[in-house]
Amino acid sequence: MGKTLFEKIWDAHIVVEKENSPSLIYIDRHLVHEVTSPQAFDGLRMNNRSVRRPDLTIATMDHNVPTNNRTLPILDQTSAVQIQTLEKNCKDFGIKLFDIHSSNQGIVHVIGPQLGITLPGSTIVCGDSHTSTHGAFGALAFGIGTSEVEHVLASQTLWLEKPMPFEIRVEGKRKNPYAVTAKDIILSIIKHIGTSGGNGTVIEYRGQGISDLSMEQRMTICNMSIEAGARAGLIASDEKTFEYLRGREYTPKNYESLVSLWRENLKTDHDAKFAKSFTLHIDDIAPQVSWGTNPGMTCDVTESVPFPEDYSKGDPNQKKGAEKALEYMALTPGTPITEIKIDRVFIGSCTNARLEDLIEASKVVKGKKLSPHVSAMVVPGSQMVKKQAEELGLDKIFTDANFEWRDSGCSMCLGMNPDILSPGERCASTSNRNFEGRQGTGGRTHLVSPVMAAAAAIAGHFVDVREMDLN
Amino acid sequence: MKSFKTLKSIITPLDKVNVDTDQIVPKQFLKLVQKSGFGKFLFYNWRFGDDEQIKSDFILNNPKYKNSEILVAGDNFGCGSSREHAVWALMDYGFSVIIAPSFADIFFSNCFKNGLLPIILSEKIVEKIQHETGEVEIDLENQLIKTPSEQISFDIDLHKKTILLKGLDDISQTLLYEKEISEFEKNSTIPSVL
Repeated sequence: MGKTLFEKIWDAHIVVEKENSPSLIYIDRHLVHEVTSPQAFDGLRMNNRSVRRPDLTIATMDHNVPTNNRTLPILDQTSAVQIQTLEKNCKDFGIKLFDIHSSNQGIVHVIGPQLGITLPGSTIVCGDSHTSTHGAFGALAFGIGTSEVEHVLASQTLWLEKPMPFEIRVEGKRKNPYAVTAKDIILSIIKHIGTSGGNGTVIEYRGQGISDLSMEQRMTICNMSIEAGARAGLIASDEKTFEYLRGREYTPKNYESLVSLWRENLKTDHDAKFAKSFTLHIDDIAPQVSWGTNPGMTCDVTESVPFPEDYSKGDPNQKKGAEKALEYMALTPGTPITEIKIDRVFIGSCTNARLEDLIEASKVVKGKKLSPHVSAMVVPGSQMVKKQAEELGLDKIFTDANFEWRDSGCSMCLGMNPDILSPGERCASTSNRNFEGRQGTGGRTHLVSPVMAAAAAIAGHFVDVREMDLN
Repeated sequence: MKSFKTLKSIITPLDKVNVDTDQIVPKQFLKLVQKSGFGKFLFYNWRFGDDEQIKSDFILNNPKYKNSEILVAGDNFGCGSSREHAVWALMDYGFSVIIAPSFADIFFSNCFKNGLLPIILSEKIVEKIQHETGEVEIDLENQLIKTPSEQISFDIDLHKKTILLKGLDDISQTLLYEKEISEFEKNSTIPSVL
């Protein structure tokens, strides 16, 4: 019987295999950031251990860095200590760091691919659940906890139980790619399979609806695999993948010979078997807006806020969950989504802050003004994205419309830096989690695509972007 | 890591599904650079209101549950962010066992690195245990939960059970495979980053 892409990558990375117990898996790339690593480096020190492969390890600071004026000192002392700790740890253990002043600084999942560090067929880990982003390149990439960060630093391996392969197919050709984006595809998938629908699996996204996507759009899809509970999500590499990585700063010197290997081997065999499968047709996907407090609580922009009994389909726990969510979100069932007014807009995060995202959002904003009762900010995913966007004049389009234009970082996706919602504020956000308090205690998050966020910023409430002329 | 010992305690019923790690320990408390002291931040936004006012309707604020070491929750516990701080907070607060119908993958794996025992039971049994008011004994060796009225057995992977019972340090075990790791590296086709 043939193998799935995931199984091929897994098998190629087994260092030790024993019956009925986890396998020791080799890790090709380890990305490190300031929040989940200090305790891991401490553990190494306490046990007199070194970093086994500093040459496979890259660090940056993204989670709590301020996004305004990098020439000023960091006011939040605990953030400053965490950032200094990463600097010291990288220096002591010989790890390459893109620090706050580096032109390569950015959200770790944006800079990995952008610098050619992410490679097809490789295993990639980071102490961050959105590591699944790198799966867009046909890599097996997943988030780990701090103990595992320490384990990888010390041994370049992890003990892992093999997840099951899960096929998700998106069939058909998009009629309006500007309005129905990768974000809408992945939110639709999560809405259907649920936030634990992918637990214990690695998802492979397949079908024309996926292969038609650009690399940056594929990253948006894989990024949110974790919101469906999956350990990782991946997409088979193709010519688009190889072209994207060609000639980047850290693309390997023997790249073309690697491409020949990948072209031949890195795909699911036609007779491979998946443990489960789910199919969605692209024509059934409309622009999505989340209404609740987890990413599965999402509906079409043309719908209304659901009644808990309809949403829960008879499950009393889900009904209770929906009631709590609506109470937190201060929403009344039956309210049309397009009548929900917003206070804030956040365009950013490892889900949707790449150059294409900003280009698409700028098309909506160009020549218009922010709704007077809304404040909005654009936080590019990396300093390189910021520079490229400025070369295209996007900063001007946004600032002319009264949006703030910031430096890169995770920013208001999780609000560890000063970019947070005030209690009760309602935000249209291109990020990945609408959990209670995620963007600030008491803040209310609606997950949307960059064009939907931009359109809401202008209108002051949600609008169906399919009704706009985006060309 | 400390080895897991049989314990006896009343249970704390947390009647919620999809409890995410952002709720277990909110992001404003992730800036510490050590592993200790996270207990006071556990479920912070559920335990405390504005000005750190205690929310008396939240179960953990009921003095009855003060010394409970067993948390019983709904489906998909620990979903979302990979932050191991969630496990450190639960343990520092005093929990040693979490019982739920299912756990999110990363959280589940983080538990075993710190000596926290996650027990998976069917939704029906979890619901029954949530109503248990007497002391409950958790016997990992024999994979038994002993309530005043019955004994419930649970499944756990043998490898994980051994780690908890012996309090094994993962890394020193792994480094015994130095030869295998070096051998793998010699044949790897993925080049170094730098």
